[in-house]
Amino acid sequence: MKHIFICLLALAIAGCKREARDFQRPVTENAPAQDVQLSELHPGSPSPAPKFPNPYEENAYSVSEGKRLFGAYNCSGCHANGGGGIGPPLIDADWVYGSESGQIYDTIVKGRPNGMPSFSGKIPEYQVWELVAYVRSLSGQLPIDVANSRSDHMQGKKPEALTPKEHPRTEYPANLKPERP
Amino acid sequence: MDRRIKTALLLLGCMLLAGCPKQQSALDPTGPQAALIEHLWWVIFWITLVVYCIVLAIFSAGLVKRRVRDIPPPTVIHESETEKHLSLIVAGSTLLTIIILFVILVQSVSASKWESRALTSKNPITIQVVGHQWWWEVTYPNTQADQTVTTANEIHIPVGVPVVINSTSRDVIHSFWAPNIHGKRDLLPGYNTAVWIQADQEGRFRGQCAEFCGHQHAHMAFFIVAESPEKFQAWLQQQVKPAADPTDPLAKRGQQIFTTRTCVMCHTIRGTDAGSRVGPELTHLASRETIAAGTLPNNVGNLAGWILDPQAIKPGNRMPPNPMTSEDLQALLAYLQTLR
Repeated sequence: MKHIFICLLALAIAGCKREARDFQRPVTENAPAQDVQLSELHPGSPSPAPKFPNPYEENAYSVSEGKRLFGAYNCSGCHANGGGGIGPPLIDADWVYGSESGQIYDTIVKGRPNGMPSFSGKIPEYQVWELVAYVRSLSGQLPIDVANSRSDHMQGKKPEALTPKEHPRTEYPANLKPERP
Repeated sequence: MDRRIKTALLLLGCMLLAGCPKQQSALDPTGPQAALIEHLWWVIFWITLVVYCIVLAIFSAGLVKRRVRDIPPPTVIHESETEKHLSLIVAGSTLLTIIILFVILVQSVSASKWESRALTSKNPITIQVVGHQWWWEVTYPNTQADQTVTTANEIHIPVGVPVVINSTSRDVIHSFWAPNIHGKRDLLPGYNTAVWIQADQEGRFRGQCAEFCGHQHAHMAFFIVAESPEKFQAWLQQQVKPAADPTDPLAKRGQQIFTTRTCVMCHTIRGTDAGSRVGPELTHLASRETIAAGTLPNNVGNLAGWILDPQAIKPGNRMPPNPMTSEDLQALLAYLQTLR
């Protein structure tokens, strides 16, 4: 009985993706991205954002790599540590170009009008996904066991794991959508 | 094979190996501080060797001494001469141990005092060394920004001139250690430490990180190249120059690849659009003798392998794989070869 229990436990741990560190990442060209609605106007009800699973969102190492890259690639130059400045803040519920993983991927790779550069061909695909996972953790979209629980440097805000989840406005049904402030 | 012969061969092999390296050895000093450390090493070695031999001799004497058979039941003897004699021996050897340890303490403290005093009075060259996971950033600061030289994993110093190394770390604690030149010095994130070094002979001295710092700690080496002051100045003058624009069409294409793809996100080549400080500066990459922090000799083949899949060579390092067509790779390699 005891042996069976230990075997089951070992299997359960082996199945946990949280701590896996895979250095041999798949190398592909930038994946086809998704359509993003650029206008707030649309006929009828807004179409639901297409879901695109982020392969790195369940892995704590990838999210922390995303955090490192956020500094290394100077995302913080415009978005500060999520609070915004030159670029929009990333810790709140407002997502101009969508809060889904695929949409954020698109925003990074394709760039957006009025300031967001296109990083197409400049950042390997897996690193874009890591950045996407980290950007989503900034507003508490990731489970707390994956999001970073501490920072390497002094920071004025709570670590991502303690950030309460912001509810992107697109999550509300169309008729209950709150007004933009 | 007989077990004893095997053991003997193994021991002999170990001793031979220990005797081999002149490279990266504290027992082959080339500077005043390393000489102090070497002196201390030998003092401790001889003292402990003598103590070891004495202890072994007494131990074997005890083993060899004829055993008395049929021991009579012990009778309690008070204040016997033997007991007094024995306590004298115990007290004497305790005192001797304290004296020996004290001698070693004084030697070691004075060595470290002298080591930090030895060079501080002279006019030094300053070099900034920053530890990264897993490579060394080396800067020769100058009051004029365009005269500042930055390179990686290779520290050139002139022979016979004191050098002060200001060091810090960008991520975790590293330790700067070139045994032929000095002892270890920890590099702490957010804190500056300094160490004075001097090389009295020309040569290439290997050093490495001596504080476990993650996956590729073992592949975090550097070289201190001690050369004549004239050669050093010539090297510095060459390093100050920005990278020359390539003339060859293939190399030109390579430069374009470098500045428009993933390379540009992390590396600097002075004189081009590449200016990121995340990875090692590559302005004079081809003048360095190794790549990947002393992991591989710097030649076209290794460079190609490193660019395509660095994770196969140094798993966990910060450089992503860069798949590209062979034409692009050849062009990029041709460009990197022009960075002399």
